[in-house]
Amino acid sequence: MNLPVSGEVASRTLSIVTAMKGAEGPLLPILHEIQAEFGYVPQDSVPVIARELNLSRAEVHGVVTFYHDFRDHPTGRHVLKLCRAEACQSMGADAVAARVKALLGIDFHQTTLDGAVTLEPVYCLGLCSCAPSAMLDGEVHGRLDATAAAELVREARR
Amino acid sequence: MPLVPEIDYGTPASRSDKLVTLTIDGREVTVPEGTSIMRASMEAGIEIPKLCATDMVDAFGSCRLCLVEIQGRAGMPASCTTPVAPGLVVSTQTSRLKDVRRGVMELYISDHPLDCLTCAANGDCELQDMAGAVGLRDVRYGYDGENHVRARNDGAINIKWQPKDESNPYFTFDASKCIVCSRCVRACEEVQGTFALTIEGRGFDSRVSAGQHEAFVASECVSCGACVQACPTATLTEKSVIEIGQPEHSVVTTCAYCGVGCSFKAEMRGEELVRMVPWKDGQANRGHSCVKGRFAYGYSTHRDRILNPMIREKISDPWREVTWEEAYAHVASEFRRIQYQYGRDSIGGITSSRCTNEETYLVQKLVRAGFGNNNVDTCARVCHSPTGYGLGQTFGTSAGTQNFDSVEQTDVVIVIGANPTDGHPVFASRLKKRLRQGAKLIVIDPRRIDLVKGPHVQASYHLPLRPGTNVAVVTALAHVIVTEGLYDEKFIRERCDWSEFEDWAGFVSEERHSPEAVETLTGVPAELVRGAARLFAKGGNGSIYYGLGVTEHSQGSTTVMAIANLAMATGNIGRPGVGVNPLRGQNNVQGSCDMGSFPHELPGYRHISDDATRETFEKLWGVKLNNEPGLRIPNMLDAAVEGTFKGIYIQGEDILQSDPDTKHVSAGLAAMECVVVQDLFLNETANYAHVFLPGSTFLEKDGTFTNAERRINRVRRVMTPRNGFADWEVTQKLAQAMGLAWNYSHPSEIMDEIAATTPSFALVSYDYLEKMGSVQWPCNEKHPEGSPIMHVDGFVRGKGKFIRTEYVATDEKTGPRFPLLLTTGRILSQYNVGAQTRRTDNVVWHDEDRLEIHPHDAEDRGIRDGDWVRLASRSGETTLHALITDRVSPGVVYTTFHHPDTQANVITTDFSDWATNCPEYKVTAVQVSPSNGPSDWQVEYDEQARRSRRIAGKLEAAE
Repeated sequence: MNLPVSGEVASRTLSIVTAMKGAEGPLLPILHEIQAEFGYVPQDSVPVIARELNLSRAEVHGVVTFYHDFRDHPTGRHVLKLCRAEACQSMGADAVAARVKALLGIDFHQTTLDGAVTLEPVYCLGLCSCAPSAMLDGEVHGRLDATAAAELVREARR
Repeated sequence: MPLVPEIDYGTPASRSDKLVTLTIDGREVTVPEGTSIMRASMEAGIEIPKLCATDMVDAFGSCRLCLVEIQGRAGMPASCTTPVAPGLVVSTQTSRLKDVRRGVMELYISDHPLDCLTCAANGDCELQDMAGAVGLRDVRYGYDGENHVRARNDGAINIKWQPKDESNPYFTFDASKCIVCSRCVRACEEVQGTFALTIEGRGFDSRVSAGQHEAFVASECVSCGACVQACPTATLTEKSVIEIGQPEHSVVTTCAYCGVGCSFKAEMRGEELVRMVPWKDGQANRGHSCVKGRFAYGYSTHRDRILNPMIREKISDPWREVTWEEAYAHVASEFRRIQYQYGRDSIGGITSSRCTNEETYLVQKLVRAGFGNNNVDTCARVCHSPTGYGLGQTFGTSAGTQNFDSVEQTDVVIVIGANPTDGHPVFASRLKKRLRQGAKLIVIDPRRIDLVKGPHVQASYHLPLRPGTNVAVVTALAHVIVTEGLYDEKFIRERCDWSEFEDWAGFVSEERHSPEAVETLTGVPAELVRGAARLFAKGGNGSIYYGLGVTEHSQGSTTVMAIANLAMATGNIGRPGVGVNPLRGQNNVQGSCDMGSFPHELPGYRHISDDATRETFEKLWGVKLNNEPGLRIPNMLDAAVEGTFKGIYIQGEDILQSDPDTKHVSAGLAAMECVVVQDLFLNETANYAHVFLPGSTFLEKDGTFTNAERRINRVRRVMTPRNGFADWEVTQKLAQAMGLAWNYSHPSEIMDEIAATTPSFALVSYDYLEKMGSVQWPCNEKHPEGSPIMHVDGFVRGKGKFIRTEYVATDEKTGPRFPLLLTTGRILSQYNVGAQTRRTDNVVWHDEDRLEIHPHDAEDRGIRDGDWVRLASRSGETTLHALITDRVSPGVVYTTFHHPDTQANVITTDFSDWATNCPEYKVTAVQVSPSNGPSDWQVEYDEQARRSRRIAGKLEAAE
């Protein structure tokens, strides 16, 4: 493989990889950084990461797809994750999810038409004691009910 | 005749010397420490059910089918990942295990199509076998839920389903049959070392992905076939199996492509070849293959093959099909007429590095005994003749010192002037495996070859030298080793001539050979040379692998000697893991050299002027042999142009396309009166032929090939020759027509004659090869089992000889008119002049030769990627498409020579190695400029080629 580094994505990727590749086990930190940079892991980043780390494209692809948190497409401005794991389900997560979906007018894995919110399921935030729980842009929220869910949606919509 | 049986032990063998005894199902089993319980059981004949384990890759422990119970241990460990221990008492079949296994199988089958009867793997499916083995009778989960099997679930699109990937020309990927055992992924990583496959996603979403979820052909996949071989189901299946069905018998034979000499099982249905599968017991390839040997055999039944002999008076006439008898009689009378008219030395022959040892032996015998001269040469002239000369001078034998297994024990590897991942892929995979284990790599090559940097491979040093400066660089390495005192004095004092070493050491120590002094010449930063030299001298077992980038230079022989010096000075000769290893280009180029194909040498590298040797053959053949060396290929062509050489018998070599300075070759051929070409196809040389004798493929004959490690491998006939005769039969008939009383009824008789006359082959016979599998020469009283490693207790020539290696720049120099240096090479999917691989689906990967040029040089000339460019040298010009890449350094351009319409050798000059005339393919001063399309010469040549291929009474062959 001998793809020239061309294009915006490739050159931004290259500068991230170059800065971080000296670390031990650099692939995951690099992928996090790429996602922070672009909001997702662009397809065109993968060949650059692979080449710089002496990996194959397939290997990098395997890692990216293994973790649900690495996305292959951009999200809305905000990402709302609702926990769907057992503890939260037993405390009414399904009702909360239905409410949130109705308020946003989208299903899981979708983004509102105005590009404001992406809704995603998550399997356990480690917040079982405060079930049902959710995470908005990295910040966790617990003990959700219909009102709290609506509040969360309002905040996400802003 | 049944299929050749192969037992899958589940996990690789352990190398330990320490033995461990345990009990499995009441039987005592003793195996090396580190062996898995699975393998130990299989060795005792107890087959534990398994799906994700196979002995070509390390254990993975994912399928949970191979569980066993061990007395005193809790749970049910996987037998593939559990090593043996003394005194273990293992049960492989208990009611608990049975239940668990059946439960696991139920889960597998609940997401697998139930179309066994119409499935391509029917009869060769491990999933099917295991369902039988565990007694699966019912799937309680049903088949309705989420699945990867059906395109639609109750009318709705099933997003988990994936259509079949048929992009690879040779195999299909059907994800609906995949059980995600990872065997393909691991084979690609561990065996092939390409890492083109992965498991994407997780949980129920997991599936095999090529590259970034791409079609196989678009991914990094190199189509080596390891994944197909590893797949236990029909997920990865050869298209030929889908088309034909399962084979019913198989025959072990040897690949006819590169010099690695891989052993394959030709799996057959009747006389139809179903597939070629690398043979696990093959001692060169150890069960691995590349895209050429594994898949690219379609040429053997290609419609372009010529099956009837043909004659014509003039090369401008159309061909006329004749009977074999007519053809033999015509050649015999023409050759005799020419000899009568122009003298005995006016004809000669060229042996083939593609044919068997036996066939090569016969051609040189025909020339020496029948033609009565020594005008015999072979294509090794244009590739590895400097190896023969250089290693002969320094070590005493004209061959590599190691077997391929040796690479498993090497610590530092120098690869110089070779591109193993393309030219010798199976060796490259074995090398990469060793590199992943921690061995260090030094690459000396003008081009950044794939080995320099790739998945899990990174050369410690890449010395991107200017083409033509090999001697200066290798001597500079020696300078560092000697002046920094890194040489192995004990080894040198024991094995080599100390005074010669002192002389040589004094020579290389001169300041003018220091890396700093030659830096401007070679373009390699001195620090890199120093670093590489220190690493090689002190890094443990050091081995050197080289290819045509060493030999095809005006100083080819000198570089070979410089390499030999380096190995001796560092004590890297005579044990596993070290040595000097030429990577031979063609399947039997080693053999053709061994068989006396050179004008000055009889079989076994014995000089023609040696009376005793000549006498051996004279007695047996009943003729007087000429004691003067004959003409080499370039001399034959020169003599032809001068008018003293008029007839030639060329077996299986396309000199017009493969030899340098095409125009000179064509002028030489055109000046001859009887050019006889024996080949599978009307090759480029045949455009100038008067007689065409159809050749046979390696699948159609018995014989032996000798690979780069001197290994004599059997070639076995699996189908009737489509042209009627094996090549050795044709040569024999020709000899008989010329009045020689030859009467071989089988190639084994020819081998017996070789063994009887050639000391290094003394014990070789077909019976012995049958017994041993293969042997590496010398194989005689002193080395009855052959010689995997040479020079073990001392050099063959006595004392190793250090030879001064003075760098002399080639006469081919860049200047204002020709400012760039062209060097040539090959690509993985194509082979040599491409006569075979171009007639297979391998053209999917490489359908034209392209000119690699550095972005700076391209920009200077206004060339964009993909543009037509004109490539001109002092000899000629051609046009091709540009490929802009920084793989080549500024000032260097590179192309392959696989396609006749490019004719890269129109460009190359007739400069050659000082000792052996090996042409200087690797250095040509050129200019590159934008162009509109094919040059006049290409158009003209194309027209001439088309006309000269006409066959009377047949429609024009379209190529």
